[in-house]
Amino acid sequence: MSGLPDGFKRERGLHLLRQMLRIRQFEDRCAELYGAGHIRGFLHLCDGEEAIAVGVMQVLGPGDAIVSTYREHGHALARGVAMGPLMAELYGKRAGCSGGRGGSMHVFDAATRFYGGNAIVGGGLPLAVGLGLAEKLRGTCNVSACFFGEGAAAEGEFHESMNLAALWRLPVLFICENNLYAMGTALARSESQTDIQVKAAAYDVRAAAVDGMDVLAVEQAAREAVEHARAGRGPVLLEMRTYRLRAHSMFDAQLYRDKAEVEEWRKRGPLTTLTTRLKAAGLMTEDDFQALLREADAEVAAAVEFASAAEWEPVEDLARHVYAEEVTP
Amino acid sequence: MTTPLRITYREAVKQGIRGALLADPRVFLMGEDVGRYGGCFAVSKGLLDEFGEERVRDTPLSESAFVGAGIGAALGGLRPIVEVMTVNFSLLALDQIVNTAATLCHMSGGQFPVPVVIRMATGAGRQLAAQHSHSLEAWYAHVPGLRVVEPATIDDARGMLRVALASPDPVIVFEPISLYNMEGDLTDAAAHVRLEGARVHRAGSSVTLVTYGASLWRCIAAAEVLAQDGIDAEIVDLRSLRPLDDATVLASVRKTRRVVIVDEGWRTCSLAAEIGQRIVEQGFYDLDAPIARVCTEEVPIPYPKHLEDAALPGCERIVDTVRRLLGHAV
Ligand SMILES: Cc1ncc(C[n+]2csc(CCOP(=O)(O)OP(=O)(O)O)c2C)c(N)n1
Ligand SMILES: [Mg+2]
Repeated sequence: MSGLPDGFKRERGLHLLRQMLRIRQFEDRCAELYGAGHIRGFLHLCDGEEAIAVGVMQVLGPGDAIVSTYREHGHALARGVAMGPLMAELYGKRAGCSGGRGGSMHVFDAATRFYGGNAIVGGGLPLAVGLGLAEKLRGTCNVSACFFGEGAAAEGEFHESMNLAALWRLPVLFICENNLYAMGTALARSESQTDIQVKAAAYDVRAAAVDGMDVLAVEQAAREAVEHARAGRGPVLLEMRTYRLRAHSMFDAQLYRDKAEVEEWRKRGPLTTLTTRLKAAGLMTEDDFQALLREADAEVAAAVEFASAAEWEPVEDLARHVYAEEVTP
Repeated sequence: MTTPLRITYREAVKQGIRGALLADPRVFLMGEDVGRYGGCFAVSKGLLDEFGEERVRDTPLSESAFVGAGIGAALGGLRPIVEVMTVNFSLLALDQIVNTAATLCHMSGGQFPVPVVIRMATGAGRQLAAQHSHSLEAWYAHVPGLRVVEPATIDDARGMLRVALASPDPVIVFEPISLYNMEGDLTDAAAHVRLEGARVHRAGSSVTLVTYGASLWRCIAAAEVLAQDGIDAEIVDLRSLRPLDDATVLASVRKTRRVVIVDEGWRTCSLAAEIGQRIVEQGFYDLDAPIARVCTEEVPIPYPKHLEDAALPGCERIVDTVRRLLGHAV
C-alpha cells in the first residue's frame, strides 16, 4: 500500500471514503433485506469492488454515458442515482428508478445517463460502442463508460466491440472488473491468457492494468483514459484488478474458493485501505470515520423507508412499457 | 414393480446424466460452471469428483464456441451433452444450433448427422426479470433438423436424456427452472420413456388441456379446482415439441370435443398457435367450441411478483378460461 500523494486534501479523502461507504452500507442492507424477502430474484453485491465505481465516476461528467452489468448498485450510487429510487427498484416498486420492472439486475436512470443493468454477460459492450458512436457523430466530447466482469472477455461481444471501437476511434472506456472469478470459474480455468489487458493490443486499443482496490489509482488511470478518449484518440481498456468479497449471488455456497483467500483479500479491501491511509496521514480521526458511517447508515435507512412506503404498480398496468408511450423527437 | 423412489426433478436430471456417463465412454458433459461450481442449478454437483475434468468439463463464458465445439465433437465420434445454463444465454449460440447443428445432416446429403444433446433451463416464475425468464421453445421447435423435448415429470427428467443421446440427431432438452425443486416419484417407467410422443397425464371427459413443461403442473392444479365443479379435464403433456404428436392430441379432442392450450410462450407465433392450427386442420368437425389459449401476456417478464404472476399462464387463468369455454358450449 502506497502513501497518499503530496498535498492530498482531507476533504478529498473524506469524499472518496464517503462514497465507498454509502455503497458498502447499501449492499450490507440489501443482503439483510434479501434474507427478509423484500428483495427477490437474483442479487449480486459488489463488496470489495467499490473503489472502481467511485474512482471512475470522479472523472466522468454529466454528459457521459454509463453501461453496466447485473452487479451495478455501486456504479449507480457512485454515478448519482438517488438511493431511495434505487432501493425501491430492488423492492420492485413503481417509484423505483426503472419503474420497478427491472429489479436489482436492471437499474436504469435517464437523468444520470445510466443505461443499465445488463444481465447477459458481455451484452453491454456493443451498447457502449453505439453510445460512443452517437457522441462522435453528434460531435460532442462525451464518452461512454462500460463496466463488465472479466468473464465477459471470453464472449465474442468483448472482442467484436473492442475491434469496432478501435476501428472507428470511438470514445469508449472499457472497464473490466477482474475479480478473478466468473461465478465459480477461476480466471485461469477460463482464459488461456489471464492478463486481460494484453488482449487489447490485438485490437490496437490502449490498455492498462490498475490496482482496483486503490481508489486513487483507479481515479488516476480513469482520468488519463478519459482524456485520451475525449481527445478523439480512441477507446481504452482498463483492467481493474479486484476481488469480490461476497458470494457471486445469494445462491452461491462458494465451494470453489478458500476462505483464507477471501480473508487475505479482505485485508486489502478498498475501504480498509483508504481508511488506514487517511488515518496514518492524520487526515481523519476515528470520530470522523464514525460520523461518515452514521451519515451513510442514515441515508440507507431513509432509502429503505422510501422503498417500503412506496406503492406497487397496479396489475392493470401489466402491458405498459412494451412500446414507447411518447414518440421520440 | 419396485416401490417408487421420491426424488427431486434436479436429482432425476442428475441421475440421467450420471447414467449416461457410466453407460458410454463417448459421453461427456460440458458447459459453464458444470464442474467446480456443480452446475448453476446444482444439477451436476458431485459429477466432477466422480468422472474427472475430461468428462465434466467447465467452459469459459463462450456459448457460441462451446456449443459449436459440442457439435464438432459429435461429428468427431463423441456423444456430448452440452449444458447452456438457460435458454436466455442460448441466444448467443443460436447461430451454431440453427445454422450448423440443424443443417449439416441435410446439407451433406445425409453424410454428417449431428448426435449432440444440448440441455438448457427455461421459463419464468422466480422473479428473475426480463432477460432471465424467457420461454423460447417455439423458436427451436420451428427448425427442421432439430428435435426438441421438455421433460415435465420425474420419470421423463430421468429417462429422456438416455434416449436423446441414442438419437442420431441434435436434441434440445428444455428443463423448466421452476421444476428443479419439485419432488415426485421415480418409477420403473423411467427406464422405458420414449423421446417422442405426447402422453395423457390425466384422463378426463369435459375438456382437453394441451400443455408442456412447467405448465403441466399449472394444468394439474387447475384440473383439481375444476373437478370441484364437476368439470373433468383431460391433460395432454406434449413432452416432445418437435416433432409434435398430433395423434394423441386429436384423439383427446375427439373424446372431449373442447380444447384449451396452455403455453408459457408468448401467444403470438407460439407453439399454442401451431397446435391450435393442427387441431383445426385435422379435427375441426370434432370441436364443439372454439379453441382457447392461455399463454404468457405479451410483455417481457416484469420483476415484481404480482406482475410476473399476472403475466404467466397461472392456474386461475386456466380455470377461468375453461369455465368460459364450457359456458360458451352449453
Ligand atoms: C451470456 C451469459 N452466460 C451466462 C450467464 C450466467 N452468469 C451470470 S453472471 C456470470 C459470471 C460472470 O462473471 P464475470 O463476468 O467475471 O462478472 P462477475 O460476476 O464476476 O462480476 C454468469 C456465468 C449470463 N448471465 N449471461
Ligand atoms: Mg468476475
